[in-house]
Amino acid sequence: MSYLAVTDLSISFGGIRAVDDVSFEVEEGEVFAIIGPNGAGKTTLFNLVSGIYFPDGGSVRFAGRDITSLPAHRIAPLGLARTFQNIELFEHATVLQNLLIGRHVHRRSTALSHLLFLPSVRREELEHRRRVEDVIDLLELAHYREQRIANLPYGVRKVVEVGRALCLEPKLLLLDEPTSGLNPEESEDMGFWIEDINRDLGVTVVMVAHDMGLVSRVAGRVLALNEGRVIAEGSPAEVQKNPAVVDAYLGAD
Amino acid sequence: MRFLFKTHYNQDIDHLKHGGDRFWYGLLLVLVVAAPAALDTFYLGELNLVMIYAIAGVGLMLLVGYTGQVSLGHAAFLAIGAYTHSLLLGAGLPFLLSIVAAVLVSALVGAGVGWIALRMTGIYLAIATLAFAMLTEQTISRAEWLTGGFRGLAVPQPSLFGMPLTEGWQRYYLTLALLVVTLLAALNILRSSTGRAMVAIRDSEISAESVGINLAVYKTLAFALSAGITGLAGALFAHRLGYLSPDAFTFLISLQLLLMVVVGGVGSMRGVIYGALFIGFLPQLLAIARDTLPPQIAQAPGLEPGIFGLILVLVILFEPQGIFGRWLKIKSYFQLFPLYRRATHRRQKTYLRTERLR
Repeated sequence: MSYLAVTDLSISFGGIRAVDDVSFEVEEGEVFAIIGPNGAGKTTLFNLVSGIYFPDGGSVRFAGRDITSLPAHRIAPLGLARTFQNIELFEHATVLQNLLIGRHVHRRSTALSHLLFLPSVRREELEHRRRVEDVIDLLELAHYREQRIANLPYGVRKVVEVGRALCLEPKLLLLDEPTSGLNPEESEDMGFWIEDINRDLGVTVVMVAHDMGLVSRVAGRVLALNEGRVIAEGSPAEVQKNPAVVDAYLGAD
Repeated sequence: MRFLFKTHYNQDIDHLKHGGDRFWYGLLLVLVVAAPAALDTFYLGELNLVMIYAIAGVGLMLLVGYTGQVSLGHAAFLAIGAYTHSLLLGAGLPFLLSIVAAVLVSALVGAGVGWIALRMTGIYLAIATLAFAMLTEQTISRAEWLTGGFRGLAVPQPSLFGMPLTEGWQRYYLTLALLVVTLLAALNILRSSTGRAMVAIRDSEISAESVGINLAVYKTLAFALSAGITGLAGALFAHRLGYLSPDAFTFLISLQLLLMVVVGGVGSMRGVIYGALFIGFLPQLLAIARDTLPPQIAQAPGLEPGIFGLILVLVILFEPQGIFGRWLKIKSYFQLFPLYRRATHRRQKTYLRTERLR
């Protein structure tokens, strides 16, 4: 039984089959990339897996559990974190607060004890902060810790979003275009971090990417989508040479 | 400019972050405690009212400023708190128990409203809460067997541990104590995961869900907290009025409460206090202004709500951060002098947001 198993997943918006009978499996500990031209259904697929949308058909199993019909807030505690293509951070909060929000699933105290801020709540807060500082160290965010997201440059926001996802201490991380809009240097850093997250923290990574350089460097296996359907699967080199993929990107002769 | 050298996470968690905070808040506390000695009965009463407004404002701020859910119906929670407290006090319940009951009843009704309004956001939520406030007003005026309807309901005299609270200064201290407790409770919520979840919902519902925040639970909780605190203000407001009738809790009160939160500064608890001072002393200013205006304008019906609405619009247009935001700007002007630039606080537009996933 593989770690993340997507079987015959489909969803339609109006008359458009955005995701059409997509199946793939991700093994524990690998970096799996999903590529495809614009409108191929990559982000929709992520939204289906993470519980933002519910599929018309098919199933998603994660770590041996059927999560097809679970809403997003019940999937996150199972150890599945995600980022968004267009960055969905908490704009009016600081970097530190954003990362602390990422630890929501690890809270142990109740709202009533928060009202009184009992000593146990303070101990829990200190623990949260220690964990968050680990993520800040890993992603080199110390310089921005107290800044509001609204004042940060785009590249840093992208990193903060990965940081927030890491604060969940996920087992599976879904990255939606982690390098889109980044300059070559930032992209390279992001590549290193994805490797670190995968290797050192032992997190399984599934990422949507356009950047074939990044995909060939970090991903073990690649799934290519076009118009909601799987057109190829295999190692980065194989997929890049696959005629169907070349057709999808460049058009047939 | 002050640069903090932080050596422990507690420095971030504590309410008072440094010596300056301790000094100024300490001084403020001494001033408000000493106020009854210096002020005459009228101004003490006005200050008492300002603090009651501030309590209600704390409740509304949690909902509007921190959870991002607009409410145009908080007068209803004020009314529910006031009537529950008066009725229970009349039935012979001790003062403190009756206050607690008023808070709980308001919170429960608030949770109900929040739960019903879960799917609504923005303008639709505002209209739904407005409808709820009208419904409450109507219910109170029709349920004569309980509330006395428009004949009104006399509020029993409060007494604490057998000591009647009739003097102005006694009520002042009572309100002050409850305001401090409320503020501390609200700030405690805000520095823990519950408060962070509320802020998360305000800024991006989709990411809040994705980090495991149950929107339904936290929105309902925010409504309940907000309504409970406003109910507390309502109980104190009842003693201030002395005689309850439905027309004491009209739409104008809801508008005043929202005005307080917006004028004070959305997203800050200090803003609530500034807003409460503003709202508390605005009627006096209006009364003075009336004397100087020509009678056609001064006696025009609807002058007050008109002016309230106008102030609301002007503040949202020109100083969306309210008095608190203006204070921050003035402060940084002096801290950075002569290097302050207007662009420092200019709001940035965000172009990349996943709008379709609301």
